[in-house]
Amino acid sequence: MKKHLLAPVALAVLGLAAPLPLLADDAANGGSMIVTYKDDVSTLDPAIGYDWQNWSMIKSLFDGLMDYKPGTTELVSDLAESHTLSDDGLTYTFTLREGVTFHNGRVMTAEDVKYSLDRVTNPETQSPGAGFFGSIAGFDAVASGEADSLSGVTVVDPQTISITLSRPDATFLHVMAINFSSVVPKEVVEEFGEDFGKNPVGTGAFELSDWTLGQHLIFSRNEDYWKEGLPNLDQITFEVGQEPVVALLRLQQGEVDIPGDGIPPAKFVEVSNDEQFKDFIIEGGQLQTGYITMNVKMPPFDNLAVRQAVNMAINKERIVRVINGRAVVANQPLPPTMPGYAPDYKGYPYDPEAAKSLLADAGFADGFETELYVYNTDPNPRIAQSIQQDLKAIGIDASIKSLAQANVIAAGGEPDQAPMIWSGGMAWIADFPDPSNFYGPILGCAGAVPGGWNWAWYCNEELDAKAIEADGMTDPAKSAEREQMWREIYLSIMEDAPWVPVFNEQRFTMRSPAVGGEDAIFVDPVHVPVNYDYVFSTAAQ
Amino acid sequence: MSVHLLRRVVESLLILLGISVVTFLLLYLLPADPARQIAGRSATVQTVENIREQLGLNLPLYQQYWHYLTNLLQGDLGRSYLQKTEVSELIAARLPATLLLMAGAIVCELIIGLTLGVISALWRNSRTDRVLTVLSFTSVSAPQFVIGILLLYVFAVKLHWAPISGYGTFAHLVLPALTLGILGAGWYARMMRSSMIDVLEKDYVRTARSKGLSRGRILFRHVIPNAILPIIAMIGIDIGMFMSGIVVVESVFSWPGIGQLAWQAIQRVDIPIIMGVTLVSACAIVVGNLLADMVAPLVDPRIRVR
Repeated sequence: MKKHLLAPVALAVLGLAAPLPLLADDAANGGSMIVTYKDDVSTLDPAIGYDWQNWSMIKSLFDGLMDYKPGTTELVSDLAESHTLSDDGLTYTFTLREGVTFHNGRVMTAEDVKYSLDRVTNPETQSPGAGFFGSIAGFDAVASGEADSLSGVTVVDPQTISITLSRPDATFLHVMAINFSSVVPKEVVEEFGEDFGKNPVGTGAFELSDWTLGQHLIFSRNEDYWKEGLPNLDQITFEVGQEPVVALLRLQQGEVDIPGDGIPPAKFVEVSNDEQFKDFIIEGGQLQTGYITMNVKMPPFDNLAVRQAVNMAINKERIVRVINGRAVVANQPLPPTMPGYAPDYKGYPYDPEAAKSLLADAGFADGFETELYVYNTDPNPRIAQSIQQDLKAIGIDASIKSLAQANVIAAGGEPDQAPMIWSGGMAWIADFPDPSNFYGPILGCAGAVPGGWNWAWYCNEELDAKAIEADGMTDPAKSAEREQMWREIYLSIMEDAPWVPVFNEQRFTMRSPAVGGEDAIFVDPVHVPVNYDYVFSTAAQ
Repeated sequence: MSVHLLRRVVESLLILLGISVVTFLLLYLLPADPARQIAGRSATVQTVENIREQLGLNLPLYQQYWHYLTNLLQGDLGRSYLQKTEVSELIAARLPATLLLMAGAIVCELIIGLTLGVISALWRNSRTDRVLTVLSFTSVSAPQFVIGILLLYVFAVKLHWAPISGYGTFAHLVLPALTLGILGAGWYARMMRSSMIDVLEKDYVRTARSKGLSRGRILFRHVIPNAILPIIAMIGIDIGMFMSGIVVVESVFSWPGIGQLAWQAIQRVDIPIIMGVTLVSACAIVVGNLLADMVAPLVDPRIRVR
């Protein structure tokens, strides 16, 4: 009945929408939209915010020196108009755009860039992103509290800033594009202190005009935004505390434009069959891999043959079916859209018989007992059960430990606690689209420390050395060679089999007929989840 | 009376102190490290250490508790680890919504519970009474998230009589208040029924009847007011029951109260918020019980203070 009532409305909207502009650049400005999220927004301070819901909000309020072409992983200049790299590959010199102003009207200068980098690396800021800036000269002195300012960052003149690194770092421009390097105005940060996150002032496309704690946030257009014609919308309202299922129902009744948490698994089949809304579903890849870690320090997973056997025992296609096909099967750590992915690599085949004989050869003909840690929200426990059955088929008795997220992460950070972990719900989503981002913290020696994220405790010093060499190749002409080195690193890791890569999750979201834009911006790989600046209102067209 | 009151207040304060100790201990014994949560996945060991030091998490537990308590006595609940906002500000922003929801729930449970109780008592052992008994037991035993989702589906999604979720207007309040109140309504229906039956058999009711008073007058002037008194005193205790229900109900209906705040903080080990909400809820329960104790002798002089 609901369908019949709404159908004429939808048709009318579609009729209006017929001559819609395809590109946001051609879109007329105006209009507003409502976006919902389940969890509250903790902060809008770009040095602190590291959540699903605040990530792209911060990107709309602030800018950094670099950014990405909307909907892609292609680096472009942002607040920096251009940049040069010295011959030794150590000094980047950025020329800033003229006439960019903060929301408070003051002109942004190179001093602000320096202040922002000093602030994010200062231990007192407690930034979860401080570690990204480790290659800037003087980082160690600031991190240890010996210095207040990064010695490698120099203001040449108000429009020019130079950043010297202590080692060549091919990922540096990506680091200049992540939220943590956003440019903030010193006087506002000092005025609000720890409450800057509730009173954000940046140079971005939108400014915060209202925040009712626990209920909603309202962003309004920055009339003086330096990118011509942007943003498209006049206003965005973010409603928080909305369960994804409820958000979807409200979207279907025309009360919500984008469910920020995407389409919940339980409703997926229903909406894909809904004649009226199925065309508004948008699918996109994400830089994510779901994996099972095996702690190589805990017997019997210290035995390579055991880890390889587990790799051959897992029926990944069935796991993908458990989540209604919302993922593609993975055979290596990197997701397919990441540079360095090896498309020709076949991975370990699904072959329980071969796995069994491999186990028997390793001296475990009768199998063994172990534990599988898993984050206790749907669909992860169901996936864990599927893994449990697969392991059972080759004689491994895994008991499932289903815990709160923080407890699983804590167990993984101990050298002798979690033999196996299913990463779902905590899995690695890249901070920036570069293969190195999947290595250091989760597969490199640096992460294999108490409290680290390398839950397999895999540490291969040879590969660590190769990783450093690859990241030292800053010459853009050598990028293909660098990519090849990373490819080899990940394939070497697969030989050692500390992980079972299971799948790369796809994102499924929806938009209401009232908003438009290229599909790619609704599943933007970097402005996660949605690139708000480019969304337009269909009523305004 | 005033000595009794003083004694109860001192007892209440001791209970709150005990609750703060137990909650503090439980939270700090959790196998999850708040410093690691704040530091994030890309942090170095040194960053985590720095954060631990700044928050005083490296101090012995008794010192941490002492700091917390001394700040608390000055009205400072600390700052959220992840939001960096004052916990008192976060709670203050959400408390009105929770209080409104609780007030709505009390109205719902009284109206529904008392009405059903009166009907059951008047038509005692009839078919209506039996149906109402089953309904009361169902409402008492059904989990609140089931009731919440059912109401949401029927009245908001199918019938469009109420908004699906949100906050701000009277219409938004109806379904969550009903969900929270239905549990108490079941209890009140049972209590009102037995209380009414008690009163209906009293001598003064028989006297009133023999004087030839009309049935309605007997009911509204003599029976219901006397039957209701012992029940009113129970409302204070309800506050405790609501506190356990609001976490669920607020999540289902996206109600921006302290239950939702607590739920999100628990998931992220944001200890200052969890402590703050626990203490505020404990206060509400203690004050509710205190009120119930104080009101009881007023409505029924036979309850004498020791």
